[in-house]
Amino acid sequence: MHEYSIVGALIAEVEAEARRRGASRVHRVQVRLGERSGVEIELLREAYALFREGSICATAPLEIEPIPARWGCPECGLLLREGAPLRCAPCARPATMLQGDEILLQRLHLEVA
Amino acid sequence: MCETCGCGDPEIIPVDVRTHILSENERRADHNRQHFVESQVLAINLMGSPGSGKTALLEATAASGSAGLRLVAISGDLATERDALRLREAGIEALSITTGSACHLDAKMVHHALHRLPWQEADLLVVENVGNLVCPAVYDLGEALRVVALSVTEGEDKPLKYPVMFQRADLVLLTKCDLLPHLEFEFEALREALERVMPEPRLISISARTGEGLEAWNEWLQRSRNACREPTRRV
Repeated sequence: MHEYSIVGALIAEVEAEARRRGASRVHRVQVRLGERSGVEIELLREAYALFREGSICATAPLEIEPIPARWGCPECGLLLREGAPLRCAPCARPATMLQGDEILLQRLHLEVA
Repeated sequence: MCETCGCGDPEIIPVDVRTHILSENERRADHNRQHFVESQVLAINLMGSPGSGKTALLEATAASGSAGLRLVAISGDLATERDALRLREAGIEALSITTGSACHLDAKMVHHALHRLPWQEADLLVVENVGNLVCPAVYDLGEALRVVALSVTEGEDKPLKYPVMFQRADLVLLTKCDLLPHLEFEFEALREALERVMPEPRLISISARTGEGLEAWNEWLQRSRNACREPTRRV
């Protein structure tokens, strides 16, 4: 259950950004989580609800945008269908992940004086 | 506050940040990686379930001569130093990181351990992660390569159940393969599962007990170590 450690890092990032911008409060925290990031949305929500107390995120809702995993051929651009072997058959090339491994602090709504 | 025009009201501004939430760990991992590259030490992050045979694999690797490579190890465990003790008994210079309740190692823990281990004198540093198929996959330690130990008794469907662990692995070791005659293990099903989660599946069947597969594993280590010494190659 590493989501606690992820939330700890998230709040530290938010605090650093708020400090940099001279913000007094955080009104919203927006995060992007890839389907294959290894982080579970529900567990992250639970961890955030616990950890935000007493931090700059105390009253800031967490919005999580899930990003589906997509794999494609680096040669011909063919998009693989979900669950297929991660290989482009015509080009005989291993596929690369186009999206779906994001663990991103995307956007903040900050209150500045 | 002015009620007519709202001047003096706090302003709420959207700020695009777009940073990795674990950017602090990423930074520390890059720092570790730089150390490894400069010292030409091949660093491997060895992961797998509890009981998948990670420690036994390292013991057998040492006993087989580890392709002439000098091996040091860092071993992550929740509560004991048992694994590091076993490794030292096998002749491997080893250090334990006791994580308490943490389910994974991170780059900072590894960095602290590096200060207490003569790793620069080695050719190969193996970080034996906490036994877990989920959490360790998320944390870069600065390693050059990732190896996942999967024992035959865990079942051939594990890659599909834990795709994140396998998708970033450079090699999967199918451990305890001496037990295969006693199991209904479908090798082909494992292959198919790996093809669906790993773009370039590499698999070696290995047994620490009989020594099967150790030669292939040692060759892989030797090749990887040679590759990490070539200055032009990005590790």
